[in-house]
Amino acid sequence: MLEGIGLISLAIWVPILAGVLILATGGDKNADGQRTLALVGSLVGFLVAIPLWTGFDASTSAMQFKELSEWVPMFNIHYRLGVDGISMPFILLNSFTTVLVVLAGWDVIKDRVAQYMAAFLIQSGLLNGVFGALDGVLFYVFFEAMLIPLYLIIGMWGGPNRVYAAIKFFLYTLLGSLLMLVALVYLYFQSGGSFEILTWHKLPLAMTAQILLFVAFFFAFAVKVPMWPVHTWLPDAHVEAPTGGSVVLAAITLKVGAYGFLRFILPIVPDASHELTWLIVTLSLVAVVYIGLVALVQSDMKKLIAYSSIAHMGFVTLGFFLFNPLGVEGGLIQMISHGFVSAAMFLCVGVMYDRVHSRQIADYGGVVNTMPRFAAFFMLFAMANAGLPATSGFVGEFMVVLGAVQVNFWWAFLAATTLIFGAAYTLWMYKRVVFGPIANEHVAELSDINSREFLVLLLLAVCVLGMGVYPLPFTEVMHASVNNLLEHVAHSKLAY
Amino acid sequence: MNFPLPDLLPALPEIFVLGMACAILLVDVLSKDRSLSYVLTLFTLLGAAAITAFTSLPQVQTTFGGQFIDDAMGDVLKLMAYLAAMTAVVYSRNYLGERGLFKGEFFVLALFAVLGMMVMISANHFLVLYVGLELLSLSLYAMVALQRESKQATEAAMKYFVLGALASGLLLYGMSMLYGLTGTLELPRMAAILQAGVKDNVILAFGIVFLVAGLGFKLGVAPFHMWVPDIYQGAPTAVTLFIGSAPKLAAFAFTMRLLVDGLQPAVGDWQGMLAIMAVLSLAIGNLAAIMQTNIKRMLAYSTISHMGFLLLGVLSGTFAGYSAAMFYAIAYVLMSLGSFGLVVYLSQNGLEAEELDDFRGLNSSHPWLAALMAILMFSMAGIPPFVGFYAKLSILQALVGAGFLWLAVVAVVFSLIGAFYYLRVVKLLYFDAPKADVPGLTTAFDIQALLSANGLAVLVLGILPQPLITLCTYAMQMTLQ
Repeated sequence: MLEGIGLISLAIWVPILAGVLILATGGDKNADGQRTLALVGSLVGFLVAIPLWTGFDASTSAMQFKELSEWVPMFNIHYRLGVDGISMPFILLNSFTTVLVVLAGWDVIKDRVAQYMAAFLIQSGLLNGVFGALDGVLFYVFFEAMLIPLYLIIGMWGGPNRVYAAIKFFLYTLLGSLLMLVALVYLYFQSGGSFEILTWHKLPLAMTAQILLFVAFFFAFAVKVPMWPVHTWLPDAHVEAPTGGSVVLAAITLKVGAYGFLRFILPIVPDASHELTWLIVTLSLVAVVYIGLVALVQSDMKKLIAYSSIAHMGFVTLGFFLFNPLGVEGGLIQMISHGFVSAAMFLCVGVMYDRVHSRQIADYGGVVNTMPRFAAFFMLFAMANAGLPATSGFVGEFMVVLGAVQVNFWWAFLAATTLIFGAAYTLWMYKRVVFGPIANEHVAELSDINSREFLVLLLLAVCVLGMGVYPLPFTEVMHASVNNLLEHVAHSKLAY
Repeated sequence: MNFPLPDLLPALPEIFVLGMACAILLVDVLSKDRSLSYVLTLFTLLGAAAITAFTSLPQVQTTFGGQFIDDAMGDVLKLMAYLAAMTAVVYSRNYLGERGLFKGEFFVLALFAVLGMMVMISANHFLVLYVGLELLSLSLYAMVALQRESKQATEAAMKYFVLGALASGLLLYGMSMLYGLTGTLELPRMAAILQAGVKDNVILAFGIVFLVAGLGFKLGVAPFHMWVPDIYQGAPTAVTLFIGSAPKLAAFAFTMRLLVDGLQPAVGDWQGMLAIMAVLSLAIGNLAAIMQTNIKRMLAYSTISHMGFLLLGVLSGTFAGYSAAMFYAIAYVLMSLGSFGLVVYLSQNGLEAEELDDFRGLNSSHPWLAALMAILMFSMAGIPPFVGFYAKLSILQALVGAGFLWLAVVAVVFSLIGAFYYLRVVKLLYFDAPKADVPGLTTAFDIQALLSANGLAVLVLGILPQPLITLCTYAMQMTLQ
């Protein structure tokens, strides 16, 4: 334990303060200074998060780097932070992604630079808060507040239909979270006046209450994941958002939903979770198979990646509800890997969009002739998205499929179809965009990636390959926490 | 006959405000300088705040034969009312000046309105409550009509007056029934008699129905809400700002005195009525607000839904509910002041910033004002980390604690609908391009500073709500012990 301000607090507040500082520097006159400041802020934010990894004790499932102080004593709300093997990797992933987003928006964003950078930094701090919070209300505050910067990002720097997408995104996610708020208040009274999430884990609850709580939480998190059939906001939001917004959405905010399953639903209402496994598994498999097919017919690259995200997240929720270590860890690995891969895919589309201003697959063809270095990176990420062995995409999917076989062969069979569909839609898109003769004069005029774009893609490529070849460091940290969670979930906590 | 002089100390703030209001009326006749009246008005409110704060005692005091009560809840509400009135007067200065309304009448009427609120807040007797209410209402009617050449304002004033008179009639009728039933007009004695049980429950029920209907009118909750949008839209914006702020605190006090101090034993009777009114207000307020193109009208409907939310706290019938409602009232007044204050501030150099379209692209010309407006809108929508979130949370908590889980669910569903029109304002501020022919703003440093403080208070109280929550809980504890 550090004295004074803890590491998680630093990871939360450093980016937020950096964002406020950037806002204070005013208009676009000093845009370069603001960009530099944003980069410094995001780098410092990432650096302060690194000790969470290096100082992490993987042998225990207990919460680490805990912080506790009173916040609103009247309602027994605390500023209570802590991470375990499940949440810690996401704080790092998020802080890392923020650096990439700042770099990616470096010279693409030309107006209202300060507000753009500040929104992303504040968003990053709030997301770290979501993963670090151990108090129900604190979690909710971060969970809701992060909608505000994302709403502004989509609405201010997005595509032609951005207003519709921004409002749809906000209202859709708010619908889910408001029901969760009632659930949080209900749990407060059931637990005799506590908002501590870990207390709720031990709280006995009757079956009816568990089912109702399950429904309330499920709404909140299923919308965020998003699970079929509440996924419709995602393609809109992704397509309209600027590249950075899509990256943050896909890489991090979707993970918040899945994280909620592990932090709230499974441990707080384990009996309802077992009872309703059929529901989650069905929805997940629909996402994997049906949404995979939907992705196949998209003509817009961003939309295609958005649908592929939904399919990949279906894998995650399926893994969680297998109730075995392979499934849950596979789901978590898949989340991290998807964070890298989807971020990379959106950045690749962004690179092309910045040059041609089109996301339509039909407007491209033969990109490899003019952008060979880019094509190589894009190839790697497309392979990872398809789940090719030796990329990070393979590890998680393989683990989930293995876990599913132990439970039900047909689930595993249906889930495994993603290896076919995923390959089909990703590689087919890749083929149409990158290979073949040069399609039009726009493609002929393309210039290859500059050093800034090269750096961003290189960093992600290292992560994707590194995790694919040697995933042990990732599974190692989550092992104890996952086992503890599964043991906890295996015990009924019905009230007598 | 021997008339002992009552203890005047608990009523000192009221006496001070009355005296000063009369003095300002005289000063206004003798002096040509209207800013003198302005400064004196602010001084009066500050002085009243000082007196209220220094004469405040933790225990409950009554005077004038038990008709007048001075308790912690009253003191807190009064202090907030002075603050709100002061803020409203400062925000209005340039607006009034530009429209030739910067006259002594405005300040005197405002002070009389504040006096009416103070009397309502401190009433311990049906008639005192009524006198305070009428003093407030009559001052407000006149304020709405202040802009004589405006047809819209005159129409609004007429409507306000006629409907207000009707509501007063209903209220008096209900009071007379209860008087006939219990033989007293004093609130605590009525509570004691009702506690012991009364013969005729039909008359009790009827009396409560009339009282609650009158109360509904004054609070502006559905189905008695029809006047709110018309008056908010028709009145000069500075007056709307005034009506939309401090009087809501008085209306809350009025509800508390009437229903909790006087009719607590009949809680079962009024709880159901409030539940219906609250749900209707949430529904009508939020749904109708979506369709508005005029921001004053939109905020009027939003007020209706907020008052519905406030009623949810009161109807839970518990201590936690009352203090949550008080917290909500104060938080609402803060947000309402800020948002109407911005509308007033932007209405300058010939522009009436009344239409939603007038807010288009404010971010590109005045990013700081746009940020303040966005903070206020998100806060009204109940999104953390702003004070509106804690206000909603405390009400929800009180509801669930009192076993009204379904009301809590209804409330959150409607706040989702409400979020839409607040988001639309943010959309106009940030996503849209500015209108071409908007006159530039003349910066008034003091007003802008106060607006900033107002907006930041919404943020800071959202991050650190504890002091305000403690204050409300303490006040309720001292009052209801």
